[in-house]
Amino acid sequence: MKWAEAIPTRFAYGEELVALGHELPNLVVLEADISKSTQTYRFAKAFPERFFQMGVAESNMMLVAAGLATTGKIPFASTYAVFGTMRACEQVRTFIAHTHLNVKIACSHGGVTPGNDGVTHQATEDLGIMRTIPGITIIVPADYHATRKLVRAAAHHVGPVYLRFTRDPVPVIYREEDEFTIGKGKQLRSGSDVSLIAIGDMVAIALEAHEQLAQRGIQADVIDIHTLKPLDREIIVASARKTRRVVTLEDHQIHGGLGSAVAEVLGEECPTPLRRIGLRDTFAESGEYRLLLRKYGMDADAVVAAAMELLQR
Amino acid sequence: MPIPHATVEQLERQARVIRRHIIRMIHAAQSGHPGGSLSATDIVTALYFHFMRVDPGNPHWPERDRFILSKGHACPVWYAALAERGFFPVEELLTLRQINGRLQGHPDMEKTPGVDISTGSLGQGLSLGVGMALGLKIDRSSARVYVVLGDGELNEGEIWEAAMAAAKFQLDNLTAFVDYNNLQLDGWCSDVMPIEPLRDKWRAFNWETFEIDGHSMRQIVDTIEAAQQVTGRPSVIIAHTVKGKGVSFMENQCDWHGRAPNDAEFEQAMAELQDPMDSAEVGTSRA
Repeated sequence: MKWAEAIPTRFAYGEELVALGHELPNLVVLEADISKSTQTYRFAKAFPERFFQMGVAESNMMLVAAGLATTGKIPFASTYAVFGTMRACEQVRTFIAHTHLNVKIACSHGGVTPGNDGVTHQATEDLGIMRTIPGITIIVPADYHATRKLVRAAAHHVGPVYLRFTRDPVPVIYREEDEFTIGKGKQLRSGSDVSLIAIGDMVAIALEAHEQLAQRGIQADVIDIHTLKPLDREIIVASARKTRRVVTLEDHQIHGGLGSAVAEVLGEECPTPLRRIGLRDTFAESGEYRLLLRKYGMDADAVVAAAMELLQR
Repeated sequence: MPIPHATVEQLERQARVIRRHIIRMIHAAQSGHPGGSLSATDIVTALYFHFMRVDPGNPHWPERDRFILSKGHACPVWYAALAERGFFPVEELLTLRQINGRLQGHPDMEKTPGVDISTGSLGQGLSLGVGMALGLKIDRSSARVYVVLGDGELNEGEIWEAAMAAAKFQLDNLTAFVDYNNLQLDGWCSDVMPIEPLRDKWRAFNWETFEIDGHSMRQIVDTIEAAQQVTGRPSVIIAHTVKGKGVSFMENQCDWHGRAPNDAEFEQAMAELQDPMDSAEVGTSRA
């Protein structure tokens, strides 16, 4: 992985918003006083009349977005993931999801990527919370290019979408010309020994683990589940049928997110030995992002160990 | 232009019709919230039968004025007004809160024609109204947004987040009402969580403020008209009301916040709400 050339996915969000602003006159952006962090300041500069600074008041921001959506606007409401999904959780559930309003909840600082900020700013339960709410599309792009394409797809998708970006830089794994479809996973590597099914910033970790496993003569299937909901059940089941061993990778609690979603699918359609990489029912702490991944058993070494354990059963 | 006396009288008569519907619906459902529905009746009647530009044949008409019942539990008053305005048959009011029905226990924009936005979770309606008013401003629409707030829900912090935002964006197309019946579910507002000095609070948030008797149709219509003339800031009309207004045994009784009348109470309530001009209708399905 080229960590030296890594880019925070929130940068791609900010850039794509400006591109979309030129094409979609109804696109509006709401912000909760962290526009430099979320990168919505770029849109604010380009389209000041369609940018609404709502201050440090996320609950209100979500419902102002809902109100705007009733008048035909396409609101992108941005804050940190922990506030967008938890501070404003009921607002999102009752007034955006239940009403099917066309609001995009576009949040930076997913998982432990705001490493140094510590637990208050790390969203490690957001995916599980959003996944239990009916009708919300959940998108977690893996890198810069995936973010550009999936933000665009979200803007054109009618209905509520939750998007989660990284604060810290993550490696660029896609090419500019790669295409993405909401709800369709991406097969990144093909192997028949073990499946590595990953989401968001953990896709790069899965690719690192793939390389390490290859050095041991083990061929891993690597899948990017950029859309947690609706989940691409087919790509998961096909991979599990092929490898008979599955490891999930998520920058999130192992409860409620990708690991749980994959376990549900496999349990129903193709019971398969499974190991889940993620926070193991614990909060993280302040610290550099990649050191946190290591300390909490979420780096490539941990993935390789989980895969080897499955292979030696 | 002053609103004619005849119009005010007509609105008062319409409000009695709405009140009878409220009692009839909640009696039929044996569930619902009569107290706060009756306290908001005169305000809702003035809006739907004098001020609001809506098209029952085209509920999503983009130029329509918007109404938000932030205190969503009082939806019987909204449903009654919508039915009387022709958004759906008056007979349907008796399906309140029934399975497979369109009249949910709290307002649902996807089920009920004329409901502009779902509500029912308290403290949220003003934020939704700010979003609508902003959207209409962007579109340079002349449509207005009316939000009816309960007094109890002013305990919620989000109301004041929304109040700040409405003033910031100079939303003079937004008018809020506080249905100040002074009773919330657990008791008097002053005991549960004091909201006074209420007018000073709204003033401090840079709103234009009015304070009226929320059961004087004359004061209601004159004040809405005055609020429409305000420019550069949102308006709030603090309307002093009586919970359960119009039914003697429900008035100022916390117990009637969310309780349905039994048959005897229903008969008494309907008798009290009988229109002296129209005595033959009580107890029928059509007001």
